[in-house]
Order: sequence, then structure tokens, then C-alpha cells
Amino acid sequence: MTIGLAHYLTVAAILFTIGVFGIFVNRKNIIVILMSIELILLAVNINLVAFSAYLHDITGQIFAMFVLTVAAAEAAVGLAILVTFFRNRGDIEVDDASVMKG
Amino acid sequence: MIQALAFYVMAAVTVLAALAVVGARNPVHSVLFLITAFFSAAGLFVLLGAEFLAMLLVVVYVGAVAVLFLFVVMMLDIDFAKLKAGFAQYLPIGGLVGGILATEMILVALAVGREGAAAKNALPDANAGGASNIEAIGQVLYTDYSYFFEAAGLILLVAMIGAIVLTLRHKPHVKRQDIGAQVARTPKKGMEVVQIKPGSGVEL
Repeated sequence: MTIGLAHYLTVAAILFTIGVFGIFVNRKNIIVILMSIELILLAVNINLVAFSAYLHDITGQIFAMFVLTVAAAEAAVGLAILVTFFRNRGDIEVDDASVMKG
Repeated sequence: MIQALAFYVMAAVTVLAALAVVGARNPVHSVLFLITAFFSAAGLFVLLGAEFLAMLLVVVYVGAVAVLFLFVVMMLDIDFAKLKAGFAQYLPIGGLVGGILATEMILVALAVGREGAAAKNALPDANAGGASNIEAIGQVLYTDYSYFFEAAGLILLVAMIGAIVLTLRHKPHVKRQDIGAQVARTPKKGMEVVQIKPGSGVEL
């Protein structure tokens, strides 16, 4: 009953799928969409770290750190846009969000 | 044995918490389940031998990103029941796409685990060469990847400036300190002699 690489990849695959599913079913709620994106990036990180551990190569963990950086920056900017959008419109319905089309 | 048990427990908690993030009615609960998912994912990282990334996940995600989400969710006054309206409508197509994705990726994962490059290494060992995890990361990160490390710092700086610029707002009626005006103030400007008629007030 050893835990192999496939186990970790399966967990990451399920997590990624849940993230994509969350974007589909919460089309109107942009906060949950942002959280789903975080879940997808977490799945990617699990994949990178699992391959790094089983291939005995540290590079995967370095790359996971960069993914973490980008995810944090993306969350900060996304939430800032959300706050500005809420201030201008009074709600966060993304269905009729077309103000940035110009 | 205990390692397999820990893996299954933490994998199950991660997946269930992720499902709760997507399905929760209240976004505050979503954020709390997101924290749970990140925490158990950090546990999975520890099982893989990536202790530094596990701690980074807890510090960055649980300590910063999730709390940022929590602040935003709590500070915006939104009718979340209305936002939940399309859930049942998009459930079939979302389930279909999700099911196809999951099936394909799990098949690839099983194939990789059985016959891929990783099949010959049955045991995880992120710390090749006997150095500790954080030592190994440092030896690679600050030499081979130093430019990328600085670029990551630049990304964070740009994100910080962007977030501040986006949310900064100058209200017109808020009094602020104007040091130039204070320094330029003379007795002539600061004082005004007003002739008051007897019996009437004065307007300042």
C-alpha cells in the first residue's frame, strides 16, 4: 500500500476539475470564480511538487514557488479590480459587465 | 502504512473542501473552506518532502490571500442569493466538461504512474544529495534562477502598486495636511480684522 506518483496526480486532477467546474456553475459570482482559479493553481502546484519529489529534481519546487508568486499577485489585482467595479456600479454581477470594452 | 493513511485523509479533506468552496451558499464559508483546502494541500506537500513549500503555502495562501478574500467578501455589501441564481442552470454543462476533464487527466496520471519516467522511482525524494529541502532550494534558487527570482519580486511590486492605484480614492471633502500652505502662511494671511455691528453676529 505505497503511495505512488499516480495518487498525487489523481488528487491534483480532481482538484483542477473542481476548479473548472466552479467557474462554470458560479458564472455570476466573480469572488467564487477567483477562488476557483486559486484552486486550479493549487492543483498545478501539487502536480509540480509531486513530479519534483518522484523525479528527484528540485526544479519543480522552484517553479511551484513562481506559480505561487503569480497566484498571489493575480489575487491582489483581481480583488482590487473587483472593489473598484463594486464602487462604480454598486454590485458585482459580471453578466452585464461591459464597461471595460471601451 | 501511516503515510498512506495520512495521504488518504489529507487528499480526501482537500477534495471535499474544494467541493465546498464551489458549492457553498455563503462566500464567507467558501473562503473558510478554501483555507481548509490549502492547509491540507500543505500537508500533502509535507508528505512529498517539500517542507519549505508547505510552509510557504500556509504563510502566503492562508495568511495573506485567503484573508484578503475574507476582507473583500465581508466589506462588499452584496446580495449573494441573487448571484447564486444560475447554479442549477449551468450544473449539467459544468458537470459534463468537468467529468470529461477529470477522466482524461486521471487516465494520464495512471499511465504516468505505471509506465512514465517516474515509474522507476517508487519513493519520493525531493532532497537529493542529502541536503535539507530548504538548503537544496536555496542552492538552486539563488544561482541558476536568480534572474527569475528578481522577476518574481518585480511582479509582486507591480501587483502591489496596481492594487493601490486601483483602490486609492481621493474624497473631495476630506481635509488633508498641506505642508506647503502651512509653511507659506504669514500673519497677514492668517489674521483678519472684522468690524462687528452691535447686536449682530459674525460669520467666520
